[in-house]
Amino acid sequence: MSAEEKLTRENFPESPEKATLEGKNKFLGFWLFLGGETVLFASLFATYLALKDSNAGGATSQDLFELPIVFIATMLLLTSSLTSVYAIYHMKNFQYRKMQIWFIITILLGAGFLALEIYEFNHYVHEFEFTFKSSAFGSAFYTLVGFHGGHVAVGLGWFITLLIRNGRRGLSLYNAPKFYVASLYWHFIDVVWVFIFTVVYLMGMVG
Amino acid sequence: MTTEEKNVRGDWEYRLKKNRDEMRMQVVSFALMLFLTLVAFFAVSYDKYSAWFIVPFILLLGVVQVVFQLYYFMHMSHRGHGTAAFFLYSGVLVAFLTVLTFLTIVWI
Repeated sequence: MSAEEKLTRENFPESPEKATLEGKNKFLGFWLFLGGETVLFASLFATYLALKDSNAGGATSQDLFELPIVFIATMLLLTSSLTSVYAIYHMKNFQYRKMQIWFIITILLGAGFLALEIYEFNHYVHEFEFTFKSSAFGSAFYTLVGFHGGHVAVGLGWFITLLIRNGRRGLSLYNAPKFYVASLYWHFIDVVWVFIFTVVYLMGMVG
Repeated sequence: MTTEEKNVRGDWEYRLKKNRDEMRMQVVSFALMLFLTLVAFFAVSYDKYSAWFIVPFILLLGVVQVVFQLYYFMHMSHRGHGTAAFFLYSGVLVAFLTVLTFLTIVWI
């Protein structure tokens, strides 16, 4: 099947993301990238774990963290992971409009998560004077959690760009792999967050 | 409708149904992930268990949740994910060694 063929819901392939050579390559290359991302985040987690108690007499994790805000952020991101699954579900059924709507819901939830994170960092800086330079704990914390927040921001930008660029093009074998790979990235961000809320926040509360 | 058209239509309906069934599984795994998250938050906020129990317990819950995320949401349970799994698990192996190193032989 070539990328130019006129598509209908009947002849739309079962796995549109892997129906062309470009799509197959994108799929494989993206998983290689995710392997690299795993290593990147591992180095940040390892640094955090080694430095989390070196607070230089400043705020500790128990002083800072509050469960409700972390819980809401977790719910937002986990739900956004499900809504992007819905988007890909509709993509495979060749329902472009529904796919767009579910991606927009995903973007809104992701934006909510990011807003909470910005509020949280702002709160730490102003209420506790806990900054990147406060202590080794501060540096490790902001680097790890901030890097994840940066990934969320990139993911949002990616979704928005894809949706705008392909807004009137309709679904094709050219853009289906792009949507698929973007949703994989979004799930990976949630995977990293599972470890952040467990290792940083929950373990930080326990001490 | 010719036989061929009927076949195409039947194919399409079969695929719709298959996708719908898979989507149902996705919602079930979402419910399970939600449950695991709630248990982890509850275990920490309950304040009765010792850290020796809670830390391994919530780590285990996190790992299970990530497995759901990888195999269902990211479709790793589907066919044709051998190389993808190889790439990811190579990353996981290096990740494990990095964390292990920083927790054991690096001191600050």
